[in-house]
Amino acid sequence: MTGHVQFTAFSRLLHWLMAVLVLAMLFIGVGMVSSVLERYALLVSIHKPIGIAILILVAIRLVNRLLNPPPPLPAHMPLWQKLAAKMSHWVLYALMFLMPLIGWGMLSAARYPIVLFGSVDLPPILPHDAMLAAQLRHLHTYLAYLLFATFLAHLGAALLHGLIHRDGVFTSMMPWRARAGGGAAR
Amino acid sequence: MTESAPPPLTPASLLLRLAVIGLILFVVLAAFAYTGGWLSPERLTPIKFTDRFEAVNGIFPGFRRNHAKGLCLIGVFDSNGQGARLSKAVVFQPGRIPLIGRFAFAGGQPFVADAPETVRSMAIRFTLPDGEEWRTGMINIPVFPVNTPEGLYELLLATRADPATGKPDPAAVKAFLGRHPESGKALAAIGAQPLASGFDNATYNGLNAFRFIDAAGRSTPVRWSMVPLQPFEAADTKATQTDTNYLFDALIARIAKGPLQWRLIVTLGQPGDPTRDATLAWPADREKVDVGTLTVERLVGEGQGVCRDVNFDPTVLPAGIALSDDPLLSARSAVYAVSYERRAGEVKAPSAVKTPEMGIGAGQ
Repeated sequence: MTGHVQFTAFSRLLHWLMAVLVLAMLFIGVGMVSSVLERYALLVSIHKPIGIAILILVAIRLVNRLLNPPPPLPAHMPLWQKLAAKMSHWVLYALMFLMPLIGWGMLSAARYPIVLFGSVDLPPILPHDAMLAAQLRHLHTYLAYLLFATFLAHLGAALLHGLIHRDGVFTSMMPWRARAGGGAAR
Repeated sequence: MTESAPPPLTPASLLLRLAVIGLILFVVLAAFAYTGGWLSPERLTPIKFTDRFEAVNGIFPGFRRNHAKGLCLIGVFDSNGQGARLSKAVVFQPGRIPLIGRFAFAGGQPFVADAPETVRSMAIRFTLPDGEEWRTGMINIPVFPVNTPEGLYELLLATRADPATGKPDPAAVKAFLGRHPESGKALAAIGAQPLASGFDNATYNGLNAFRFIDAAGRSTPVRWSMVPLQPFEAADTKATQTDTNYLFDALIARIAKGPLQWRLIVTLGQPGDPTRDATLAWPADREKVDVGTLTVERLVGEGQGVCRDVNFDPTVLPAGIALSDDPLLSARSAVYAVSYERRAGEVKAPSAVKTPEMGIGAGQ
């Protein structure tokens, strides 16, 4: 069986940093839109800068992925699983780009100021158009659910690799160095 | 390098591991559902709140779910610099700030007949030179009738007009006031205030508390009001009106003679003054600072693209003005966002309020 090496340390750092941020954003998002409590304003105010942070990080991450391609999946994995893995990863990348851009765009189209912190605002990226704002707002919700569903599939697949297949795919993204035999000895 | 295949799992171990994976996924999904309120049907959400406005008023596509009948304004704010010691916000530096805004009646019916007893509102969006914005909505009553989002949610239903009588059901109002004594006191204070005759000579109060933050980071609790320079005249609530837009039409006729002005008066709270309770006025002797003059130069109809598609969200604040712990502020922001999202996605109908031309008013 072919050995499975780890992602580079920088790739793993980006993965785990973004995992925390994206998951936090999904929870902040559904939490804020379902609340009229005092936390609403606070959650909205942190949702925006974290979204922009994710947009910057995913751009760095895409370049990093092209420069440092991920280790190959185990040769024995069925083709459909390899395709599913590849597709779900690109869906995650696409959504990590789209969600912040749509959020920024819908606030622009509604002509809300896009406050990052203090008096630092982002410029609008779309013209003032209420109908467009409403459509982007709906799209933001639908894609958030798609992102959460894709995340769940990703987590489930990772756990299957880690606990059932034990083929080194799970350990390839672990923050720690995999034990020799787990595939890290490069 | 190569690695040996892991030892096969016993059936029991396989089942256990699959169960662990299933449990982890279930817990994450359940936490997400809990956070989103799907497991708490009793949670008061912005969607339920907006639904209640629609249930009470009816649905008028394209219009605001509250303060539906209105007219846009264009003007300037001349800051006199007196606010700069209290807040580092650029709006309080001496100078002129352009603004747009809106006069409206509270309530979600865009074709309702004008009446002086109906709460009148003034909303303003200041555009600061550094690109920041300050949005504020104010109304012509001295205190707010409720102090929590739940209170307003209940009040909307309790004061809903009975289709048979056209008036609220007295039993429902009585039951509400029994649960909310603070609202009884507030409504008494609101009823005791003399009503101004028009939009032009009414005082508009922000009611919710905010905080001014100065350059050194010091925080002062504040409330603000727009106090008219036009002399007060009591409303005639007895006269029968044939023009269902007579108060808006009077405003439009008035501005044709010249600009209208208000002083922006900031009231400074003392330690112990209620910031979480918009039903309670602060003591009358609190320091009041005149920070500048609002001049309304022109009025334009809602269809002209000036204010209709703007959400006057009270949490849109420049650095130097911050939210207080008033629970109504988050609730207003959350519900306005849903109202905006709904009307923004609907085809717009013309407003009941007609202006004779675009840009009536001073110098036109």
